[in-house]
Amino acid sequence: MKKVSVQCRNVRLAYGKTEVLKDVSLDIQPGEFFALLGPSGSGKSTLLRLIAGFNRHQHGEVLVDGQDVSPLPPWQRNIGMVFQNYALWPHMSVWDNVAFGLVERKVDKAMLKTKVGAALELVGLAAYAQRRPNQLSGGQQQRVALARTIVIEPQVLLLDEPLSNLDKTLRVQMRQELLAMQRRLGLTTVFVTHDQEEAMTTADRMAVLDQGVVQQVGAPVTLYDEPANIFVAGFVGTTNLLPARVSARHGDTLTLAVAGLGDVQLPAGVQAPAGDSLMMGFRPHALHIEPADTVAPAHGIVLAGTVESSEFLGEFTRYSVRVGSHALHVDHPHQAGGAAFGVGSAVRLRLAAAQVRLFAG
Amino acid sequence: MSRTSAAVPEPRGPAVAAPRQRHGAGVWLAGGLVLAFLLLFFVLPVARVFITAFVDGDGSLTFGHFSAFFGQSLMREAFFNSLYVAVMSAVFAALIAVPLAYFTVRFEFRGALLIQTLGVLPLIMPPFVGAVALQLIFGRSGSVNLLLQQHLGFTLPIMDGLNGVIFVEAIHYFPFILMNLTVALRNIDGAMEEAAMNLGCTGWRLFRRVIFPLAAPGFVAGASLVFVKVFDDLGTPLVMGQTNLLAPQAYLRITQVGLEDPLGYVISVLMIVFSIAAMALSAQMLKGRDYSTLQKGGGSIQRRSLSMGGSVAAYAWIGFILLLTLSPHIGVLLLSFAKVWSYSPLPDAYTLAHYATVFQDSSGMIRNTLLYCGLAAGLDVLLGVTIAYLILRTRLPARQWLDWIATASLAVPGIVLAIGYLRFFKGMTLPTWITGTEILLTSTWVMIMLAYAVRRLPYALRSCVAALQQVHVSLEEAAESLGATKLRTIQRVTVPLMVGGILAGFVTSFITAAVELSATILLVSADSQAPMSYGIYLYMQSVAGRGPGAALGVLAIIVVAIGTWISHVVVERTGSRHTQRPVDEKLPPLALATPAPGEQR
Repeated sequence: MKKVSVQCRNVRLAYGKTEVLKDVSLDIQPGEFFALLGPSGSGKSTLLRLIAGFNRHQHGEVLVDGQDVSPLPPWQRNIGMVFQNYALWPHMSVWDNVAFGLVERKVDKAMLKTKVGAALELVGLAAYAQRRPNQLSGGQQQRVALARTIVIEPQVLLLDEPLSNLDKTLRVQMRQELLAMQRRLGLTTVFVTHDQEEAMTTADRMAVLDQGVVQQVGAPVTLYDEPANIFVAGFVGTTNLLPARVSARHGDTLTLAVAGLGDVQLPAGVQAPAGDSLMMGFRPHALHIEPADTVAPAHGIVLAGTVESSEFLGEFTRYSVRVGSHALHVDHPHQAGGAAFGVGSAVRLRLAAAQVRLFAG
Repeated sequence: MSRTSAAVPEPRGPAVAAPRQRHGAGVWLAGGLVLAFLLLFFVLPVARVFITAFVDGDGSLTFGHFSAFFGQSLMREAFFNSLYVAVMSAVFAALIAVPLAYFTVRFEFRGALLIQTLGVLPLIMPPFVGAVALQLIFGRSGSVNLLLQQHLGFTLPIMDGLNGVIFVEAIHYFPFILMNLTVALRNIDGAMEEAAMNLGCTGWRLFRRVIFPLAAPGFVAGASLVFVKVFDDLGTPLVMGQTNLLAPQAYLRITQVGLEDPLGYVISVLMIVFSIAAMALSAQMLKGRDYSTLQKGGGSIQRRSLSMGGSVAAYAWIGFILLLTLSPHIGVLLLSFAKVWSYSPLPDAYTLAHYATVFQDSSGMIRNTLLYCGLAAGLDVLLGVTIAYLILRTRLPARQWLDWIATASLAVPGIVLAIGYLRFFKGMTLPTWITGTEILLTSTWVMIMLAYAVRRLPYALRSCVAALQQVHVSLEEAAESLGATKLRTIQRVTVPLMVGGILAGFVTSFITAAVELSATILLVSADSQAPMSYGIYLYMQSVAGRGPGAALGVLAIIVVAIGTWISHVVVERTGSRHTQRPVDEKLPPLALATPAPGEQR
């Protein structure tokens, strides 16, 4: 099958005066598994539905395989979409649901039978062909929805919050299966989610949207390690953010005055945006926590604080540590028998300067 | 495309229809045809009635007809009688319905099925048929009074004068209040009551301060419907010989004085104005009061078990009401088999002759009823589906107006619509190439059928709108993304999913049209055109005809009962198809998660 690209160029969409998409540009590579991540109301679903042809933009163009599909109605685009609520027709059997698109394409009977059979085989539901959708479990319904979409061999597969209606264990199973299927079919796939874990585990690349604007596009690890702004830093993973002011620049060294914390020296290599008013960010697991009376020499930034609360999460414990006027999240890996820091205990936090990110304030 | 007018920030919510931007010619054509139908067969004829009421012989605007109306003491009396009868009917209907509704929701007892039956039984018989039977049971020399006279030495004037009309109407129409109120009570979240009890409010105060106010919208909706129905009813007072009410006066004016008499039109305008006023009043009272507080996962108000005494009282009350409600049916049934029935509690002898007469004389009437009502109901669901689709799935300008106009026909009494037809289509003839001779449009049965269709359109429309609302937009979008055009999507997905609602709408339209008398009575121009409802009325005019009339009434009841049962079954069946049945199955591991052997390379 030919792998196709999907591109959005300066797409704008507004309902009346409410701007939902503001100048969105995206470049999705052929065969890519691409995630649109954002909070609700960010415009991610609107963008997905726009690619499918259910929403119409006022400005810009949407290219599939280099062709502008804007003037085409949904039924001429050959773009498959799996809906969040699956949208299986309750008046048709599983078989008829899957056969629907082929009937519309006037595929001859023998071919239809082969294809529908193969699609149901692919999702492991051949035995359920004569059931009605309401006789299936949630996971089965989702697979039928998937079979119904891929049986027409769409150029692009769109998934709208595909896993949100499943319970947690099933979600992990389906996530892996979706990815495996996408890899095998080589189908360019765009999926919408508000769950960053889902996006990071499955997507080749992802775009983070907020308020109708693409905040950053890149591989999950890039977005996690090099977030472009405060929003991405906060939405993809957890980040401690502290307002800071540049107090001195000496060659490579940067001195930051952090409110309620004092001066912090950053060595060479830390990218600093222009301007004096900045935000300093670092991940909770970048902080190393140890008893306050530790005598070992400390490298990097050292902060003294008091444990305010702790959440045990299994793999690690998340502490909230009061440092000056700030409460910082600190993740401490957990091992059986490992020491825990009680609430109220004095601790010392160490932070390697390389883990610090600076954002425009 | 450029603009979508509504501000819908997140257009994926379950209830929000996707903004559809492009309309093919089909949408405009459909909208245009519906509008043309409504204008021609509803708006213009009714407008004609209004104009005639306000225009003088020379064409100038006048209120003279109205002052002439209120100048006549007979007319004033008719006006106030109508108001009195409508209000008192609503009051008595409420007295019957409120305790019944409360019983079903509040207490645990097995009378629920009985009460549900109560809710349907009266409606499957036209009230004017019941009137004759009730006369024989509760009338001055009816069964009850004969027995009372014999054993206790007094009689009850239940069926005398306006009392009789109120009695018949209240027995017939109380289900409107019962059904609306029961639904409203069921939708009250139990927490509402618990909070009140927690604050020390119990018993009668709890009912008065919390339960009833929360259910009030349902009550008001039901009561205003009873008011409108009774205010507009023509058949019952006519059969009972009570002509000093508005509807019979309008009928007498038009049939005896003539189509030119302005007072008939004045009465028509008054009836419409009061219908609209009653509905507007109830809408005003209901505005912003959607009290259906039931939360997801929450329960209704708690049921209690009845004490022994309470149980007996409840069953006694329900039994009494059931008997009262059934009495018209029993009466009609007895009458249809009675050889002679006068001045005795029960008929003196029984016969099947009336049925023989009916089958001999009236097979044409039965056929007419099936023909008119079938066509009218078919037209109604066609219009209903079209309007529902236009308002819910397109952005056609002013589409909401189609809904409003179609629904407005609720406020137009049958007799007014009939007068409008007679006046608006006066003198128009069918083209001669159809029939060979010149035939007046108003003398054809098509007019009767159209009047039925217009009058019953609101029922079918609501049914279709409700059905379409339950079809999630994504079900249609899925079809479109799989390559189905809009029209194909409607054919293969939308209409099949609506089929339950469409059938229910068809049956409702059909059975309510089958018992329609007030438009029929004016529009039937030859005996060969008469449907069953008119036939019953004709038979009931003479004492000798009461037997065959009752037999025809029994047949009508059977037709309506079968229709009601079918619609019930259809609604149940389609309802169950859409509810998720619990399934508990493990998903088999997917073969593709580990590549198939043949695909290793």
